[in-house]
Amino acid sequence: MAAQSAQPKWTELAVGTAITVPGSARFNRTGDWRSVRPVWDHAKCIRCGVCVVYCPEGCIGWNAQGYPDADLEYCKGCGICARECWTTCIRQVEEEV
Amino acid sequence: MSGPIVAGKPVGMEVSIAIAEAAKLADVDIVAAYPITPQTHIVEHLAEIVADGDLDAEFIPVESEHSAMSVCCGTSAAGARTFTATSSQGLALMHEILFIASALRLPIVMAVANRSLSGPISIWNDHSDVMANRDVGWVQVFAENGQESLDLTIWAFRLAEDKRVSLPVMVNFDGFMLSHVVEPVTLPDAETVRKFLPPFEPLQRLDVDQPRSFGPVGIPDIYTEAKKAQLQTLLDSYGPILETWAEFEQVFGRQYRPIETYRAEDAELLMLTMGGLGETAMSVVDERRAKGEKVGLVRIRLWRPFPFAEFKRAIAGCKALAVLDRAISFGGPLGPVASEVKAALYADAHRPPIVEFVVGLGGRDVTFADFHRMWDETAAAARTGQVPAPRMVGLRE
Repeated sequence: MAAQSAQPKWTELAVGTAITVPGSARFNRTGDWRSVRPVWDHAKCIRCGVCVVYCPEGCIGWNAQGYPDADLEYCKGCGICARECWTTCIRQVEEEV
Repeated sequence: MSGPIVAGKPVGMEVSIAIAEAAKLADVDIVAAYPITPQTHIVEHLAEIVADGDLDAEFIPVESEHSAMSVCCGTSAAGARTFTATSSQGLALMHEILFIASALRLPIVMAVANRSLSGPISIWNDHSDVMANRDVGWVQVFAENGQESLDLTIWAFRLAEDKRVSLPVMVNFDGFMLSHVVEPVTLPDAETVRKFLPPFEPLQRLDVDQPRSFGPVGIPDIYTEAKKAQLQTLLDSYGPILETWAEFEQVFGRQYRPIETYRAEDAELLMLTMGGLGETAMSVVDERRAKGEKVGLVRIRLWRPFPFAEFKRAIAGCKALAVLDRAISFGGPLGPVASEVKAALYADAHRPPIVEFVVGLGGRDVTFADFHRMWDETAAAARTGQVPAPRMVGLRE
């Protein structure tokens, strides 16, 4: 999070505190909420893409090897991908502090 | 209603119909409303006007007042001139969305036919509904008669859409006492209204070519600044309110002020009212004046933002002030208006004795005899310096 002094003064806010930059939610890296993260077992993964479709954050993409992978800057560890995976190849692994 | 209504000369008209005609003259794009007594005739008449093709607008029937105000927020944000009307429980059901309309700076206009709140169930007039919504951040004005109800509804769009303001405006008028009464009302012609009220150009709008998000989260780092910005906008609307009322007077010939007085210039005793009761109060002032008493009336036209300076000027020099409230602040100092004016005077050298009355709850008539008793008690307070405890007038005990 930015330092206090970097926050706008009350005179600097947009009318009605509207957000005037589209897609700005991506500036807010919400991955640090996560307590568990998804890990794919490539031996079982059939690369069907169900996890990609179901991820509510839209943060699962395809890695260089052609397997799905979560962008941990945004993945909150909700576990929906693991719940929906047909082959149960996704494990939710606890984050270590 | 059948047949055209002639503009420019007084016609007998139910005040609710006059308000609906005002919305038509304002050429609204959207009406989203749910019928509730005693506001129903406004909504019915507008539905008819739209159905007959006399007004190019969408009438959006909704399943509740919560939905009505939610629709209004959406359509106003999309850049449509938006009108609604409600009363009592309906206003209560809108409550949470009213804050959103003001925080998002959406220039919605709403007529409120003031009515008591349940329970016991009461459809009759007092100010319980608006007082429970005092702090929602809207500009709030009170009308005293049919002409004012019409005028203020037209003006409300002009003020709300002023780019320096861009805030929702609530026009309060007494349920039944005004809403269902036939009064002489002069409708302005549409061309004159168009000159006074140019087409709506929103400060910002939902627009796919210029995407923006309305109503995002305000984290603790932002919320305080957001509220300060909102508060300052409401306070700063005072100047545009005076300007647009001056313009209104130029165009339509009728004058409005944040605080209005009646025979108050040399008055030693003053009475403060808000809303339609002011009409009876003026007649009683005439009766007391005829007997040589120096009494006068102060009427609050603009309730939010509260016109502190004008109020203080209006009561400067009086020996006692009676304040009439039409609602109860439960467990507080009884009347919300009296509580407000007392707080306004706390730091001032001139603090006249203030005699507090709660009157006309749930449609109870406030008679000439009631007014005379209140004047007698106020005169006694000025004479003796003994200020009686706030009380409910006409209470059987």
